[in-house]
Amino acid sequence: MNARDKILSKIRNSQARTAAGSVAGTVAQTEMRDSYLALHPRGPLPPPLDNLVAGFKERAIKLSSDVMEASDSKDVPILLARYLSERKLPVSGVCWPSLAGLPWSTAGLDIQSRPAKNQDLVGVTGAFCAIAETGTLMMLSGPETPATTSLLPETHVAVLDPRRIVATMEDAWNLMRKEYKQPPRAVNFISGPSRTADIEQTVTLGAHGPYRVLLILAPL
Amino acid sequence: MQNTSINFKRQVTIKLADVKLQGALSRLQTRFVEGRAAVIGEINDLQETRTAAAAIRDRVLNDLEYWLLHFEQQAIARGAIVHWAETGADVNRIVAEIAARHGVRTAAKSKSMVSEECGLNDALELAGVEVMETDLGEYILQLAHEAPSHIVAPVVHKNMEEIADLFAEKHQLPRKTDIAELCREAREVLRPAFLNADMGISGGNFLLAETGSVLIVTNEGNGRLVTTLPRVHVAITGIEKVVPTLEDVTTLLRLLPRSATGQSITNYVSVLTGNKDSADHDGPEHFHIILLDNGRSSLLGSEMQEMLRCIRCGACMNHCPVYQNIGGHAYGWVYPGPMGSILTPLLGGLENAPDLPNASTLCGACAVVCPVKIPLPDLLRKLREKQMERGMKSRQETFMLKAWAWLALHPAIYAIATKIGVRLMRILGGKEKLLHHLPGARGWTDGRDFPAPAGMTFRELYKRGVHK
Repeated sequence: MNARDKILSKIRNSQARTAAGSVAGTVAQTEMRDSYLALHPRGPLPPPLDNLVAGFKERAIKLSSDVMEASDSKDVPILLARYLSERKLPVSGVCWPSLAGLPWSTAGLDIQSRPAKNQDLVGVTGAFCAIAETGTLMMLSGPETPATTSLLPETHVAVLDPRRIVATMEDAWNLMRKEYKQPPRAVNFISGPSRTADIEQTVTLGAHGPYRVLLILAPL
Repeated sequence: MQNTSINFKRQVTIKLADVKLQGALSRLQTRFVEGRAAVIGEINDLQETRTAAAAIRDRVLNDLEYWLLHFEQQAIARGAIVHWAETGADVNRIVAEIAARHGVRTAAKSKSMVSEECGLNDALELAGVEVMETDLGEYILQLAHEAPSHIVAPVVHKNMEEIADLFAEKHQLPRKTDIAELCREAREVLRPAFLNADMGISGGNFLLAETGSVLIVTNEGNGRLVTTLPRVHVAITGIEKVVPTLEDVTTLLRLLPRSATGQSITNYVSVLTGNKDSADHDGPEHFHIILLDNGRSSLLGSEMQEMLRCIRCGACMNHCPVYQNIGGHAYGWVYPGPMGSILTPLLGGLENAPDLPNASTLCGACAVVCPVKIPLPDLLRKLREKQMERGMKSRQETFMLKAWAWLALHPAIYAIATKIGVRLMRILGGKEKLLHHLPGARGWTDGRDFPAPAGMTFRELYKRGVHK
């Protein structure tokens, strides 16, 4: 008997079941499990928000993200240039291919369309969607949406279409189920800059991930 | 990790006298207890959400074989390799084999309490794999050769000055005097470890049956780095961590960070499914998931099964007056506080941790804050009953309990005995009305005086109508 069979038989013995009765189960049991998976019922939800964008902004700022807004995506590079120069941060970095067409150089920025390397200091990404309940970005990994761009650089900039803000994580899962059959290799929910409170329980921003997260809301 | 719970009482005396530790523990109380209180009310209906969370965990535990197999099937379909381990030693062997198969020389690790159960780091070093802890707290402990003293804040027992000294010595860099500078130094020292590691090792907060995914919650970003950069990722977790659906885990995620650190959500929640695709620029080529039993299966179907609901938030220890005074090391194994006082005897043998079920005042604070409604005081009481049934109590304690039980069954004699008792104690209390010594209760009177009774029993006072 291998370890798998031994553990499974221990589970059955503890619950006083037989091998046949446990996994196969009765018809009623099987139907119950299948319908639970198919229906994936929601638990208790937070009260609905009147304004998803305002709610998202409020929560994101509370979690130490910075938020800017543009009425046109063409203005994103100018806003980013201003943000970086105000903080005396480097003006070069990398972006996801979907954002390569924005006028970066016109705004005085050197943003290359490629996955981030260790020495890159600014990473510009989009987001699959965002969650108003917690001020959170939802990122799906893929060839066009590398996970490292939001992880290795000290500054993470996410350009987000406000129409992609949903109320809850449950809504975000449903959007993913609708647009993709299954989750990609990595789904990352990001809620502000990386942080640690390991030393004297004092919150310090910028642990192993970005020191700052800038969210630019712009129609894409 | 070696279980030294047998030394509990001796350790308690040492910890109570440790001034530095007492300072560190007072911080935990303010940051974590007040932090939780500040955000737990954000949840629309907390009690309804706790009930739903407990039901989600019970659904899985009552049908664990089915949900484990469903998880395994989905994970394999996405390219992960699922391993099963009966003991911690089996986990160590499996990880060493994976390392050998993929030619792994260095591993970067994010925090995993299950790996602490196994003593994985020492085993991998023996197998020739260099392991680097990357969670800031765990990294500090690795440098100091110490064990974690809290499941969420592993280095809560150390203050900034000690960590500054440690970094200056180990990093051979000028001593930093500020927490932010210490964090940056650790970031810069550890970044190459992430980039060069052949293998990333993580725990798993939840296993998702619906999608075959491992979910981890982190704040520092090290969890994302170790599961994104190295070519091999090994996730190690307990068999009880399965959750059926994405919706179910979302309900649990509303409770976990709020209960743990007072955050409405952790910085990162990562849901990891399968290997990288050929077109992907990042992600591991090989994804191994190790499911550890280590005694968990024996709790199923027993009166202790509810303990397996635990989602490892640490709220029970943060709110425990015993943990708040002695810290985590005294408990002698990986899991301290009320949840540890139950898990350690259950997983490691009641005979090896006889003091832990009794290291509680049964005040009930842990049960009130537990996000999955584990009746922790009831479980502690059941363990005490087991000790009594198995004759594991000292002769003195057994005698006292039996004597009390006999008295309680004879009300007339009980009344006389207590009348004499309270009068005697009043006289002994003297003018101060305090007893400095009490036979059989040195544990109490060593640290403080026992207030002398007023001289009459409750029943006497009641009869006289004092209550009116």
